Amino acid sequence: MYNLIGAGLIVIGGGIGLGQIGGKAMEGIARQPEAAGKIQTAMIIIGALLEGLAFGALILGK
Amino acid sequence: MIFLTMKVAKQTFKFFILVSFLFANAFAMADNSSKDPVVSGNKVDTAEEIREYISHHLKDSHDFHFYTHNESGTHYSFPLPVIVWTSNGLKTFMSSAFHHDDAGQVIVDKGDTKLVKIHSKIYELDQGATSVNFDAEHHATNAHKVLDFSITKSVFGMLLTGLLMLLGFGALARGFKKGKSVPTGFSRVLEPLVIYVRDEIAKPNIGEKKYRKFMGFLLTVFFFIWILNLLGLTPLGFNVTGQIAVTACLAIFTVVIYMFSGTKDFWAHTLWMPGVPVILRPILAVIELVGFVIIKPFSLLIRLFANITAGHFVVMSLIALMITLKASFGPVVSTGMSLLLSLFIMVIELLVAFLQAFIFTMLSSLFIGMAVEEHDDHH
Repeated sequence: MYNLIGAGLIVIGGGIGLGQIGGKAMEGIARQPEAAGKIQTAMIIIGALLEGLAFGALILGK
Repeated sequence: MIFLTMKVAKQTFKFFILVSFLFANAFAMADNSSKDPVVSGNKVDTAEEIREYISHHLKDSHDFHFYTHNESGTHYSFPLPVIVWTSNGLKTFMSSAFHHDDAGQVIVDKGDTKLVKIHSKIYELDQGATSVNFDAEHHATNAHKVLDFSITKSVFGMLLTGLLMLLGFGALARGFKKGKSVPTGFSRVLEPLVIYVRDEIAKPNIGEKKYRKFMGFLLTVFFFIWILNLLGLTPLGFNVTGQIAVTACLAIFTVVIYMFSGTKDFWAHTLWMPGVPVILRPILAVIELVGFVIIKPFSLLIRLFANITAGHFVVMSLIALMITLKASFGPVVSTGMSLLLSLFIMVIELLVAFLQAFIFTMLSSLFIGMAVEEHDDHH
């Protein structure tokens, strides 16, 4: 039960984080379309780091 | 003319292989849908059965199991070699000797040693024992585990990937060795990918000067993970990159490489950070060391493992939808729904298969880049 609540909290946190990353990247690309490639790569890296954190917490909570 | 016919025949053969592969996929799915929840008169809990099936798929096993015909009880699978080191030395046999038993019922007698399989692990019976006894928690009391070097499904998958890479990249390398500037055939697909890894992953992260030394590792890891991820999407039932041991091993490779290629600057910045108060330096050193030795590889291995495992879980759950919803929506609607959903999730999984290989290589090269960086500006 508690680990399910924990998993929900992790997903909420990760969702907020991913939303921030994705949203800011979109803004950045809209302002400077020629830098889209670089922004995308950086976005994926930060997304992956966040994902690692969230998955780590999920695995530990299991 | 004969040449042309031969060429057409060759193409047809390839086409035939492709089509039969696709059909195998369709059949594997069809078998799932025709699975009857009623087994020889006894009502079986379908949800429980599906959960067991999925968790069985996520684990490694000693044979390729395609499906079991519930009414006749026939297993459709093919065996793989079992190689174990017991207290009486090396024993080898095919996994068909266990007759698909996974509960310790079938005992393989190899003269002086008796072996059983319980939950995909091979146990050796103690001296004098003739059957396995279990305690309340279903642990075997008179058997112990053996050192298992078997060619399991995952090992087979890795060997297959190695062979595919050897064939593909061997052909590419031979082409360049002969002095051809433009690769032909399948190499034409591989060359841009190699260039992509070099120009988009290695060069920007490691630097123009030093990237060359690490290209071998980065390319190997990239294609190894990618091909295994793609193999995991075929109905063969591989889940190699979803095994934590495999991803842990890949992460350890990365750690060893960046630890041993670290420059003087890297170690100075890790162990005795310049530019901060002396009192903080030991604390920072501990944090940095823990980060480099434990946290970075841990996040690398967990990311790959969890992504692939979660992906397989979702795909299999959606395929299983056609069984669970059969009662309430009828066979046609439930199958159509599950087909549509699993089709879309499969497309996403194709993207994830590439993305995870990309991320692993990217972060590996980022960490290597951190270690080999030389600071021109001293602060």
